[in-house]
Amino acid sequence: MLRYLLRRIMLIIPTFVGVTLLSFTLIHLVPGDPIEARVGERGIAPERLAQLRAEMGYDQPMWKQFLDYERQVVSGDLGLSTVTHQPVWHEFLSLFPATIELSVCAVSFAVLIGIPLGMIAALRRGTAFDFGLMGASVTGASMPIFWWGLMMILVFSVSLGWTPVSGRVSDMYFVEPWSGFMLLDCWWSDDEGACRSAASHLILPTIVLGTIPLANFARMTRSSMLEVLGEDYVRTARAKGLSDVRVNVVHALRNALIPVATVIGLSIGGLLGGAILTETIFAWPGVGHWIIESIQARDYPVLQGGTLLIAIIVIGVNLGVDVMYSVLNPRIRR
Amino acid sequence: MTKRSTVVLGAFALSALLGSAQAKTLVYCSEGSPENFNPMLNTTGTSLQASAPIMEGLTHFMNGTTQVGPALAEKWDVSADGLTYMFHLRKGVKWHSNKGFKPTRDFNADDVVFSFDRQANKDAPYHKVNGGGYDYWADMNMSKLVKSVSKVDAYTVKIEMNAPQAPFVANLAMPFASIQSKEYADALLKAGKPELIDNEPIGTGPFEFVQYVKDATIRYKRFDQYHGGKAKLDTLVFSINKDAAVRLAKLRANECQISPFPPPADLEAIRTDKNLTLLSQPGLNVGYMAFNTLKKPFDDARVRKAVNMSIDKAAILKAVYLGAGQPAKNLIPPTMWSYNDKVEDFKYDPAAAKKLLAEAGLPDGFETDLWAMPVQRPYNPDAKRIGELMQADLAKVGIKAKIVSYEWGEYRKRASAGDHMMAQLGWSGDNGDPDNFFAVLASCAAAKSGSITKWCNKEYDDLITKAATISDVKERTKLYEQAQVVMHNDAPYLFIAHSVVFLPMRANVTGVKIQAVGSQNFFTADLK
Repeated sequence: MLRYLLRRIMLIIPTFVGVTLLSFTLIHLVPGDPIEARVGERGIAPERLAQLRAEMGYDQPMWKQFLDYERQVVSGDLGLSTVTHQPVWHEFLSLFPATIELSVCAVSFAVLIGIPLGMIAALRRGTAFDFGLMGASVTGASMPIFWWGLMMILVFSVSLGWTPVSGRVSDMYFVEPWSGFMLLDCWWSDDEGACRSAASHLILPTIVLGTIPLANFARMTRSSMLEVLGEDYVRTARAKGLSDVRVNVVHALRNALIPVATVIGLSIGGLLGGAILTETIFAWPGVGHWIIESIQARDYPVLQGGTLLIAIIVIGVNLGVDVMYSVLNPRIRR
Repeated sequence: MTKRSTVVLGAFALSALLGSAQAKTLVYCSEGSPENFNPMLNTTGTSLQASAPIMEGLTHFMNGTTQVGPALAEKWDVSADGLTYMFHLRKGVKWHSNKGFKPTRDFNADDVVFSFDRQANKDAPYHKVNGGGYDYWADMNMSKLVKSVSKVDAYTVKIEMNAPQAPFVANLAMPFASIQSKEYADALLKAGKPELIDNEPIGTGPFEFVQYVKDATIRYKRFDQYHGGKAKLDTLVFSINKDAAVRLAKLRANECQISPFPPPADLEAIRTDKNLTLLSQPGLNVGYMAFNTLKKPFDDARVRKAVNMSIDKAAILKAVYLGAGQPAKNLIPPTMWSYNDKVEDFKYDPAAAKKLLAEAGLPDGFETDLWAMPVQRPYNPDAKRIGELMQADLAKVGIKAKIVSYEWGEYRKRASAGDHMMAQLGWSGDNGDPDNFFAVLASCAAAKSGSITKWCNKEYDDLITKAATISDVKERTKLYEQAQVVMHNDAPYLFIAHSVVFLPMRANVTGVKIQAVGSQNFFTADLK
């Protein structure tokens, strides 16, 4: 087990180098730099542009800039944002809780609804419910998040007025960010109104971010469940005279969930990608929103640092899923 | 929980108990996150707006106008040669406080000297803090204009100039000339946290900074000891949302009460919504198409005039500005003093244009590029569409124009470098002074850097240079009027339009005006 783990960890190193190289190259291929991005209609005198470039090190050859950046990253320094001049680390840590809060809610929503739906579809295979659900899940999995989010806002927030339009909590409440998790912070500050407001602000972004994973989990659960339902041990369980609930839930579902658990783990990466769009639509102050802004401002340190940190998290989660899977299924360790 | 936040929370809870009428909170749907809260360091409207409720300068633009009035300076005297300014500072002005800093003294001359020194002096302890880069200071040529800033006594500051500069007092009303507390700066330096000066700001304005949650909200509360009296609002909140459609949805849902920069297509819907009010005002801006006067055939004024005559401006105004603009014939908008209304715009006359082209030796027309910005700007809602309309008009006189566009940063860079033949761009005024248009966009100095016509006309340049050095407005007006005639006769630009600026808000908001220059003023804002 330890050797397997070590081998997996060794593989992470080239992945990191690849991620930093890719994010560095891509952002440098985009025209402009942080200085040009903030010049307005007035333009900038060529001498001043050259002076600012030299001060920030953008006049160095590309390979040297990359090596300097790698050296800096290895020593644990992700640099300062060229826009706010705050350490990238601090900004990431102050924004990441919002992303986790939203992602956890979206995954929970997708799991709690997707798995039971997938299970029911499998048990009622070939019925109208099954076809309807599978049709809906194809639609859900291919839903353009941006459009979906705006539609939800128009219907539920603007027309019906049931949910707030955007943000994490109503601007009327003043919640001191202790942990960064709004639900925890308002609970801590003992402000019931703020808690209710924070919860209502989570509804639409959770649904929008959770839609694609929900559709995937439902489809995965259905197919995995169908496979398991045909296994001998399920037939045996039925033959023993066990109740339907016991057979379906304890014997079939538990085994059917092993591949689903892997899919859930692997969806974390996709979820972070989806969070970038969801956060932008709902003005959710998380890392996705932050990275989008950094592209527009050509904020190289934020974009590179942010991408690297997200990559670390996705790699970490995937490693965790692999390890968990190898515990569940020792065959893949070989 | 800190004592202060307990008090604030207590205050919120108490005000909730007493009913909402007691605590007035106005939410402003802001379009982005500020870089920090120091207007010296920033150039974006978003960042300048975020520090506007907190910070003040020696002078300011009176609410909704381009007129300059006293702020932290009560009055000022200018020497006869225009080289020495004496600013007499307001007494009894209190600084804000925060959890780490309680001021022990009022605002005085030390603060003014400190704030100017921070920008001007490369060795000042705060010069490099938070990245330095005092773009506006550099852009307004302050280092060359200002010789020294010194304290005469606690409430008098002397500024000596290298050359007389009429718009100087207006320059000081711009956000970059805001005053920071020297006492706060010293305390932070001692504590080893100088960067907090721009992130947890202390100012003298009508609102105190409370909290900033990046990409989410900025919170301010009323500063009861403000020297101009108490603001009507108790709390001011900026709710940050980049998406214009979502900002408008928030305004409709009453989640915010003011929402700037509405999409032009939504204006009609806002007008018909009885819960909303739509303020509008001619903007202090100009949208234009510039000829690169260094490149053939645009080095010939006849060709530039011919293009001016071949474009149907009225059709552009109707189709692209949707009526929310007025046709432009001068560089400055008609609301600005010294506007020369006697200048007669080129008439739309393709036949005359063709004749003029033939005179210039181009009877069969020619080929050119026509640049269109990739982004929407306040002065130009859709450059690509305008480009297409112009392209069709030009084809009628035999000019084949190819529409070209680049990523926004790249566009400005290439246009500044003079890669284009014809390019659209525009300008929004900074300080209400005509010099801020005439010199920035068409002086010989600008031809070397920012001005994309690359036009350098000695007669024009002498007129505007002279106008900038005298303080008599009547005399300056005469010079600028002449300069506009010179410019018209040489036609380095095709002026398109001066657009109208809109500000949608809830119907119960009062005391808010559209600002001609600078940031929104919340001091007089109220909720009915």
